[in-house]
Amino acid sequence: MTSSQIDNNPIRQSTGGQTADSQPILEVRDLVKDFGGVRAVDHCSLDVMPGTITGLIGPNGAGKTTLFNLISGFHKLTAGTITFLGKRIDGMEAHETFHAGLVRTFQIPREFKYMTVLENLMLVPANQEGERIWASWFTPWRIAPQERAIERQALETLEFLNLDHLKDEYAANLSGGQKKLLELGRTLMAKPKMILLDEPSAGVSPALTDLLMEDIRRTQEETGITILIIEHNMRVVMSLCDPVIVLSEGRKLMEGTPEEVQRDEEVLRAYLGFSGEASAAAGENTAHETAPNEAEFGETKAGA
Amino acid sequence: MDIIYFLAGFGILAGIYGVFTLGLNVHWGYTGLFNIGVAGFFALGAYTAALLTTAPPSPELFEDFVFGGNLANTLQLGIDLWFFVALACAAIVSGVVALVVGAITLRLRDDYLAISTLGIAESVRLMFLNEKWLANGSRGLSDIPKFLGDFVTPKQYDLLYFAVVIIVLAALYFVIQRAINSPWGRVLRAIREDEEATAAAGKNVFRFKLQAFILGAAVMGIGGALYAHGFRYVDPMVFDPLLATFIVWVMLMVGGSGNNLGALMGAFIVWGIWSGTQFLPPEINNPNLRFFLIGFLLVLVIMLRPNGMIGERRRVSEGGT
Repeated sequence: MTSSQIDNNPIRQSTGGQTADSQPILEVRDLVKDFGGVRAVDHCSLDVMPGTITGLIGPNGAGKTTLFNLISGFHKLTAGTITFLGKRIDGMEAHETFHAGLVRTFQIPREFKYMTVLENLMLVPANQEGERIWASWFTPWRIAPQERAIERQALETLEFLNLDHLKDEYAANLSGGQKKLLELGRTLMAKPKMILLDEPSAGVSPALTDLLMEDIRRTQEETGITILIIEHNMRVVMSLCDPVIVLSEGRKLMEGTPEEVQRDEEVLRAYLGFSGEASAAAGENTAHETAPNEAEFGETKAGA
Repeated sequence: MDIIYFLAGFGILAGIYGVFTLGLNVHWGYTGLFNIGVAGFFALGAYTAALLTTAPPSPELFEDFVFGGNLANTLQLGIDLWFFVALACAAIVSGVVALVVGAITLRLRDDYLAISTLGIAESVRLMFLNEKWLANGSRGLSDIPKFLGDFVTPKQYDLLYFAVVIIVLAALYFVIQRAINSPWGRVLRAIREDEEATAAAGKNVFRFKLQAFILGAAVMGIGGALYAHGFRYVDPMVFDPLLATFIVWVMLMVGGSGNNLGALMGAFIVWGIWSGTQFLPPEINNPNLRFFLIGFLLVLVIMLRPNGMIGERRRVSEGGT
């Protein structure tokens, strides 16, 4: 790959073309994952359509993060298939799913602590000539132009995320919310076809959550990328995601618009552990929660 | 004048330790590979160089010895050229062993690398001790030929060899700096910080770890070859873990892990303390004092400058292009 092939716009991205809109970009079929005697994912099947911001919700232990780990190749699956852009990706290792066009973030930010913010981003682009061990000794002239292009892309991404003033800071010194933005920035650097975001708003203040949501929405709108989000914060899910997929006990419980999901009895039962009138009342409450306080559907209410 | 010869002798060994700390810095300082078997690669490098270049000892003294390289004379290349072949072969042998060990253990959790490097180092030492046919067992190999020895008096050889060591050290420093400052080195540092996040960024973590492990081991092998031609005698006791592994770790910790200049500084400072204690007045000159001093220094540095005397430098971008 030559430097000219590196696209300097951090947010321009072609996703369309490969799949017709009626074809899911990601198909999960009959996925099973056992950890010893515990079945974390139980014959789970779901589709994600291209160009959507799809929410993935469910009570703790529903298997959301495990599903992410399976899709992104961090865990080996027990049974089932995962197809991405028409290609089987189950059995791929984590770095291979990246090259297939699928990039993930982690629930707890995993920044490279003692590397600068800029380096955190510059690491990401694929096919870097300088990543060959001998390149710096024998072909240094091939590294420099590519590095300049990557640095430019990284600076633009930092500007997009309003982190550019921190570019030379160690990532370890960032606040929790800034680390979340940095994670998002790393996924953007990859120019992926699809991003898996694991609880982007967890541990982030309401104000920064708004900013993060705005960044996610802008990313989607400007790039046409597909985004799958695990999220407990119902405010985020309601305003950002459509459709929403509900997982419970390792399988898909339902899928629908945020409104449909919030009204659904079975969803409430899965979350709250009771049904009938009480759940209807709870549903009302949640649905009417328009104030910007954090209505943590899964966490606070399920714990009640 | 004698002080110059003493300093040259000191510099040779400190410089060779500098080579080991550079190698260990690639492993630990940049990639986070916990190699506690420096002695193993040291021994492989030293024995490889010695076996390739040394004439077999006389049979009356060394009954079991059957393999003596002495290729230098057999192949009529001249020992001065063979020095470079010996260095290269030492690097290759160490690198190949690292490839085998790394291929098996680098996919596992970090602790397995530590256990296996420790084990390999001791196995290598015991192999050379017990397989007497291979390298003359505990009596070792002596009269390892000098490099450019014909051009100087025996006394001046130390001065000459000091220059050789410094040149090799500088070359290795340059080569490693280049690699570490390249995107390749950036991936290594990312692996050190977080392996899974590096994999999530699309990097084949195993491959990079293996490359770093081989590079560091090859550098250590070159250090071993330098040792063999500098001291011209090797036996298995040279490679005991204290002076061949752990002191190298102390040097790296003191000087600054993640900084190659720091690694070199640590080698010269720690070796300076170690060999300087012999000049203390006899009343306080207790052999254990050097252990105490080294330990004290380590504690002091860790408390006052946890990243070493000169720790890792932050890579600040040059502000646009």
